[in-house]
Amino acid sequence: MSEKVLMKGNEAIAEAAIRAGCLHYFGYPITPQTELAAYMAKRMPKIGGTFLQAESEIAAINMVYGVSSAGKRVMTSSSSPGVSLKQEGISYIAGADLPALIVNVQRGGPGLGGIQPSQSDYFQATKGGGHGDYHLIVLTPASVQEMADLVSLAFDLADKYRMPAMLLADGTMGQMMEPVELPDEAPNMIEKPWAVTGTQMKREHNIVNSLYLVPEELEKTNNERFERYKYIEENEARYESFMMDDAEICVVAFGIAARVSRNAVVEARKQGIKVGMIRPITVWPFPKKPLAEAADKVKSFISVELSMGQMIEDIKLATSCKKPVDLCYRVGGMIPSPEQVLESIKKAAGGNE
Amino acid sequence: MLNHKRVTLFCGHYGSGKTNIAVNYAFLLRKLGKEVNVADMDIVNPYFRTKDSEKELNDAGINLISPHYANTNVDLPSLPQELYGLFEFHDKYAVLDIGGDDRGAYALGRFSPFILEENDYNNLFVANFYRPLTRTPGEALEVMREIEIAGKIPFTGIVNNSNLGEETTLEDVEKTVSLAEELARISGIPVVKTAVKRNLISGDIGDDILPLDLQAKYY
Repeated sequence: MSEKVLMKGNEAIAEAAIRAGCLHYFGYPITPQTELAAYMAKRMPKIGGTFLQAESEIAAINMVYGVSSAGKRVMTSSSSPGVSLKQEGISYIAGADLPALIVNVQRGGPGLGGIQPSQSDYFQATKGGGHGDYHLIVLTPASVQEMADLVSLAFDLADKYRMPAMLLADGTMGQMMEPVELPDEAPNMIEKPWAVTGTQMKREHNIVNSLYLVPEELEKTNNERFERYKYIEENEARYESFMMDDAEICVVAFGIAARVSRNAVVEARKQGIKVGMIRPITVWPFPKKPLAEAADKVKSFISVELSMGQMIEDIKLATSCKKPVDLCYRVGGMIPSPEQVLESIKKAAGGNE
Repeated sequence: MLNHKRVTLFCGHYGSGKTNIAVNYAFLLRKLGKEVNVADMDIVNPYFRTKDSEKELNDAGINLISPHYANTNVDLPSLPQELYGLFEFHDKYAVLDIGGDDRGAYALGRFSPFILEENDYNNLFVANFYRPLTRTPGEALEVMREIEIAGKIPFTGIVNNSNLGEETTLEDVEKTVSLAEELARISGIPVVKTAVKRNLISGDIGDDILPLDLQAKYY
């Protein structure tokens, strides 16, 4: 590992992507992820890569489709309204079985919403987002270091499973500054025999496409894709367990909400409340197994979110509604305070007596 | 060594710590008994700004001028009219937190003629050699020159604010002293202060140190 540098989350994503062998970036500026594009604009020309500010988010995601078809690592980034614009292209990328990285540094919505942090694109990220049956691998960093680490993992998983991956962050994570160690190792590049790189008259030509003229073939392709999704759900769910050994209450939170919740859990423990936290690092695949196991031990769950309650549905599904799930939330660009989460924990523990 | 002037500008690469330094410098002036205005002139970044420290500043008797839309959802690069008062009236000290890079310094260009005419200013370049795009004196000099062109006012000093956030040790700062000196040599601009977190300093604080009390905090 190299020496530490002080980076914003947005910059860490950009530098980590370059070190993961991504030399092609297409985007369109939007607060609060603009530093990512600005960093790429400065660095890419110096290392022989491509930085291109497209005429729109829609153009950018289709440029990603093109470069990915040619077998190269490629990414785009935006914030909530911009990611909505990209959805058609993301569906096409998923339908053409192409790897790519899409970064969403979320802000408040719906509509133009606001520029302050949010996690309210959870449904969009985990349930498809665009049209058709598909998923993205969705990674949710909770520190600037993790933003860097999950970028290379996202590229590796996307290549391995031939599907788009999303890094789901929020405005605060993108803007906050922390020391980071960036990897020095060469990226794990794999062969992409499906890529359209020219046949050299030595093989049949490859076709990258999401159009199927025969319904039976489309059905077969979808079924095969969902076999892959099933394997990913069983093998790639990632999470962090914190103070769960004897926990009677389980807080579930990701990203910035997990940072706040961690402080609340530590404080509640000091006050003698047996509480722990499960922090999903992937929200698709959702860490169903640890939650199902926790449901047999704890009295209740608390979902802490910067949304009106979206992940809470996945918690209820993962636990088959065995135990009650409370919601602790702020929206509109606001972040729950550790005190607010602590109050929710106390309430779940049986009031403030 | 830094002679306090009526107007002090803090410019630098974004994320170099301008806001933090400006706020802490305002406190230092206030402790010397000066009347101080702090102005947030950052039109680039809507997150983590001077307004986050408004209460601490006001409690210390320091007046904060920030854009009307600071810490709201309005993403408009507008500056408040009160800024003109800082240059119209010369009775109070003014500490200006300028936005990052040359992009942020364009806003300063509007006021540079007033500052140059009064000629009682320090324009300080805030450098953090732990930032990825200003790792070397050469890279920092590149940013310095871009800012000078955009802000239309020359630098008079360098503040070495090299740090790794909350993890910063005294050794981390010491390692950058030679880099700051090299930047001074190639730019011809002296290092006037080295910023160090207050809790890392023991004993007497020399004239060349700017102790930092307030820090931006993230959960």
